[in-house]
Amino acid sequence: MQVLFKTCYEDDIRFLAKTGEKVRVGLVIAALLAAPLWLQNYYLAELGLLLVYAIAGIGLMILTGYTGQVSFGHAAFLGIGAYCHSILISHGVPFSVSVILTTAFSAAIGMALGRSASRMHGFYLAIATLAFLILVETLLGEWTSMTGGYAGLKVPALVVFGMPLKAVWQQYYLDLFFVLIVVMAAANLFRTSTGRSFLAVRDSELSARSLGVNVEWVKIQSFGVSAAITGLAGVLLAHHLHYLSPEVFNVLESLKLMLMIVVGGLGSILGAIFGAILISLLPISISFLKDVLPPGIGQQAGLEPLLFGLIIVLFIVFEPLGIYGRWMKLRYFFETFPYCRKSSFVRQKSYLRTERLR
Amino acid sequence: MSAAAMLSVRNLSIMFGGVHAVEDVSFDVNPGEVFAIIGPNGAGKSTIFNLISRLYEPCSGTIHYGDHDLLELPAHKIVRTGIARTFQNIELFEQATVLQNLLVGRHRHMSANPLTALAFLPSVRKSELEHRRKVEDVIDLLDIAQYRDERIADLPYGARKNVELARALCAEPTLLLLDEPASGLSSEESDDVGFWLEDIKHDLGVTLVMVEHDMNLVGSIADRVMAINDGRLIAIGTPDEIRDNQEVQQAYLGVSA
Ligand SMILES: Nc1ncnc2c1ncn2[C@@H]1O[C@H](COP(=O)(O)OP(=O)(O)OP(=O)(O)O)[C@@H](O)[C@H]1O
Ligand SMILES: [Mg+2]
Repeated sequence: MQVLFKTCYEDDIRFLAKTGEKVRVGLVIAALLAAPLWLQNYYLAELGLLLVYAIAGIGLMILTGYTGQVSFGHAAFLGIGAYCHSILISHGVPFSVSVILTTAFSAAIGMALGRSASRMHGFYLAIATLAFLILVETLLGEWTSMTGGYAGLKVPALVVFGMPLKAVWQQYYLDLFFVLIVVMAAANLFRTSTGRSFLAVRDSELSARSLGVNVEWVKIQSFGVSAAITGLAGVLLAHHLHYLSPEVFNVLESLKLMLMIVVGGLGSILGAIFGAILISLLPISISFLKDVLPPGIGQQAGLEPLLFGLIIVLFIVFEPLGIYGRWMKLRYFFETFPYCRKSSFVRQKSYLRTERLR
Repeated sequence: MSAAAMLSVRNLSIMFGGVHAVEDVSFDVNPGEVFAIIGPNGAGKSTIFNLISRLYEPCSGTIHYGDHDLLELPAHKIVRTGIARTFQNIELFEQATVLQNLLVGRHRHMSANPLTALAFLPSVRKSELEHRRKVEDVIDLLDIAQYRDERIADLPYGARKNVELARALCAEPTLLLLDEPASGLSSEESDDVGFWLEDIKHDLGVTLVMVEHDMNLVGSIADRVMAINDGRLIAIGTPDEIRDNQEVQQAYLGVSA
């Protein structure tokens, strides 16, 4: 068992204080950097796509997992990012400039949505974000002169700083670059007072207010940051899809993002990444299922959304902390072996809110 | 008296669906004193706190704190005037650690900018460390070092009470509103709270307003007591005066006056 002695306050704001964590993260980054050496192009492209979804997941995680605001409309920001970027670069705007403009634009739309949603809670927020998604999807379809409508829009080739990135590995490294930046930025956010005000709003708006947190402004900021990151994922996604059409960014896609963060584990960056891995493995398992199940069930059209919904429900009921929670338990088990007892994770007595003496 | 008063409440009233929860209540709190509010359940004590912290909008009346007209400020600006509070039902950030909770207490003193936060600029790092030091002082004062990295959800009840008090202190208030600081605590824990409150008053120079049912605690630390019943003020006086007051006794015994 490793006991961590902290020697200065720096230790608490430093990432990866434990050696074990450093080694693990180092290994993962090394493996990702070396991926083009040991993965075939098909799988490398899939891995790149996984990284893009990890970015989108972190975006939604900041809003839902850390600020407690549900959004069933986040696919809209993927769409806004993808379309805005494709339109900009097809008008000759360089990639680097377009990334910045698109992210900023997405953030602005996010803040506008956040502003109108900042006084809504739970169910109403879910409906409002869903309505926003439908609005964006319709707009992308109807605004034919700009978006090419339902016929679709071709995404121009990927050229970064005048360099065409044609090979799969080149695009993969671009995705990896942005994932690392986003993970870093998100981790940064939650060691500052801005990030803590997000957590405060999630857990108790009442006391957040009484401690000086401007709750409405926090929600607007959170929507903004979240939309910016998801918009960035949209930029990268465009280059994986090559061809955009409005229905790609539909409710099912939103549900997929939600599934990612719920199953991965709400309230952790690692959870979003676990969720992305799961989402990438899901199509494989579904196609496997289709073969195994009797054709009457396997060929049903709604199988995929049904499974998404089912998995979300199962996780909420049986493992509310998601895969991340499982991982923490496993790690705890190994670190404290052989001292870990089952009761280590039994929840402590929780107190009724009204429990008090007269 | 009113000229020197720190907090001055005048003719405060609020109704909930036709019921006067607080009706025409006026009182002053002087700098440096411990002012207790007592009254039977449902008397309107917590409602007065919620009015001062601007969580409720009064029907009429005024609340002044120093030079500030509190009714002109939104809830999140109240702490900037120097008023911090705790809640009767403990409102902590359940899924965050004790340290994170206390650091949110520092929010009023920190600048929060999402862009510099995402980049974690050196200035942000510097300010984080600085505020961390202040938080550690409070952790030492209330002796909660062993809980520092625990999640609130894993803490026992007594510890939560302490953490909530600590979080309010992190805001460096000049006036502290405590809603039943000793409720649900064992008698030893409640004695500890009494000592801490004395320390907070003497060493930090914080003025205290507290709602409390425990008359021993009230008697030992309060300078003045206000008794209310059914939203109306019954009497203000020293703890002994209030204890001997006929109307107060009747209110507690449920006999209609
Ligand atoms: N948000 C609200 N909506 C409706 N009624 C309320 C609300 N808040 C308080 N009340 C009512 O106002 C009255 C006073 O409540 P308050 O919580 O201030 O009592 P209290 O003196 O703090 O009592 P206790 O000792 O039980 O804490 C009660 O009748 C209560 O039902
Ligand atoms: Mg009360």
